[in-house]
Amino acid sequence: MAQRVKVDNGPLHGLWAITNRELKKWYKNYVLLGMSLVQPILWLGLFGKSMNLGSLFSANALNIPGLNIPKSIIDALGAEIMKSTFGTSSYFSFLAVGMLAFIVLFTSMQSGMSIVWDRRLGFLSKIMSTSVSRGNIIVGKALSSVIKSLAQATIVLIIATLLGLQYRSGLTVLDFVGMYAALFLMSLGLSSVFLMLALRSTSWESQMAIMNLLNMPLLFASNAFYPVRLMPDWLKPIVQVNPISYANDIDRQLLLGSTGMSSLAFDFAFLAGFAAIFTAVSMYMSWKYLTK
Amino acid sequence: MSDEVAIKAEELTKVYGGSLLAVDHISFEVKKNEIFGFLGPNGAGKSTTINMLTTLLKPTEGTARVNGFDIVKEPAKVRQSIGVVPQEYTADEDLTGWENVLMVGDLYGLPRSFTRQRAKELLDMVELTAAANKKVENYSGGMRRRLEIAMGLINQPTVLFLDEPTLGLDVQTRAAIWHYISKLRQEYGMTIMVTTHYLEEADAYCDRIAIIDHGKILKIGSPRELKEGLGGDVVSLTVSGSVEAAKQAIVQVLSVDVDDVDQATLRFKVRDASTAVPRLFEAFNASGIKISKLSITEPTMDEVYMEYTGRSLRDEEVSSEEAFRQRATIRRARKRWPSASR
Repeated sequence: MAQRVKVDNGPLHGLWAITNRELKKWYKNYVLLGMSLVQPILWLGLFGKSMNLGSLFSANALNIPGLNIPKSIIDALGAEIMKSTFGTSSYFSFLAVGMLAFIVLFTSMQSGMSIVWDRRLGFLSKIMSTSVSRGNIIVGKALSSVIKSLAQATIVLIIATLLGLQYRSGLTVLDFVGMYAALFLMSLGLSSVFLMLALRSTSWESQMAIMNLLNMPLLFASNAFYPVRLMPDWLKPIVQVNPISYANDIDRQLLLGSTGMSSLAFDFAFLAGFAAIFTAVSMYMSWKYLTK
Repeated sequence: MSDEVAIKAEELTKVYGGSLLAVDHISFEVKKNEIFGFLGPNGAGKSTTINMLTTLLKPTEGTARVNGFDIVKEPAKVRQSIGVVPQEYTADEDLTGWENVLMVGDLYGLPRSFTRQRAKELLDMVELTAAANKKVENYSGGMRRRLEIAMGLINQPTVLFLDEPTLGLDVQTRAAIWHYISKLRQEYGMTIMVTTHYLEEADAYCDRIAIIDHGKILKIGSPRELKEGLGGDVVSLTVSGSVEAAKQAIVQVLSVDVDDVDQATLRFKVRDASTAVPRLFEAFNASGIKISKLSITEPTMDEVYMEYTGRSLRDEEVSSEEAFRQRATIRRARKRWPSASR
């Protein structure tokens, strides 16, 4: 045979190859790429702008006959109600930040599908016959899903800014770094969870069913659309273990200056723990179940 | 294990779900630089054996050494030293042929500069250079199979496993694929272990063949040995004159049993007709017996196969996943390259 070459046998070899493949499949498919970028625009534009809760508390909406309340008082009262409920006087801003987590959740959930198809089409057995570490298969896929999620979140943020997102005063670059860190941890954890669920699955139908079953509950049992404070007591504990709530909490504190559900330090610790535990578990499962 | 042996299986066994014995204590050796064929009906244990040898499956009992590495204790070293071309088309359809080969190089942790150089050579060898930058979804079945072979060779393996490399392909493409396989053996000195359903291919290209059924190896040998094992060639001849005299001459010269087919035709089995028949001619000449018609039928691989695995049909149940993969493989094999015919 030809010359012997120096082979990288390190634990991370092949990781980027797997991530890169997934990313290529995404950015080279213009239809898919376009759809995934248009989706957040539609959500923000339609849902974000039509759910204009702020107008409920404006003088135009509240005109009680017989009581001659000055317009300025109603507007001031309305703004105060909005601020104490949502942490910002603009519901659109509240929702737009929630949309960041929303789009990250949806993209992370898709990660499981790729492993089901790879198994069905035999690509998975090809990867496994190479010397790539089994743990890297799942981490590589999770990583690609994180990168896609963050790219989409960036689009959402840009659109939201154009549509009038009201940032807090004194915003710094660090706030955005913190936002990305929170979304990164949330996406890594969620992608690992959905990859793990798909690890032994051979039918994409059942994977779709799992996704459809979980996406709305995960979203509504979080603070993405409504503040936790107004939720019924039985729902609160669920919201408080939902990682989406913590990503939202961080993002709203950093970008909008809202008073948080808990401290930033606790929020980050919770998300980091969530991501670490599920990445570790999924790597373990990958070692265990990918070799029969 | 001696230097001459590339694969040595010892009591290799796989039990699925505690009861289904897929591979039953098989032992065999594959010599270096040999094309070793693995034949058997669906569900005989071929793929399970290949999956164990390529470390995709852990054996329940027994082990094997591939390139001197133990498949149970040193799976990482085995993987580094072998190439695998699975039955399915595993290349990513959304990427180009070139990107697929590079990706597999990365998965092996090969340096990029080396991978590029080698990918170029391999794509050239399988004649895909012109289509290298086209998406794989446009490839024909034959092109995809060639790409799979290139992908399986990127890490300079010394042993290559090919699972049904010609499944579903047309005759010309099958011949081309076997041409590459023979070339790999001759030019790169590789050892090749191949499973196939096409018996005439095994006969023509394999140095040795193992017939496996119900998880056991029933017979191992060169195609010639296996066919001779059936009792040899069938000779039938029609004489003009005394049939009895001819019969006596045959028994005398070759000491075989002779059957009468009709009043003038005789039939007998002989180990090697190409040397036996000339001897018979001499005896006939001496005693003045005239032959008006002669035919020699050599046993085919089909007959050997039927002899060992039986003639009953196998109504084997496969999982829906497996069925999906088989259908997908056949469908892709039949696909044509849009611009050229093949």
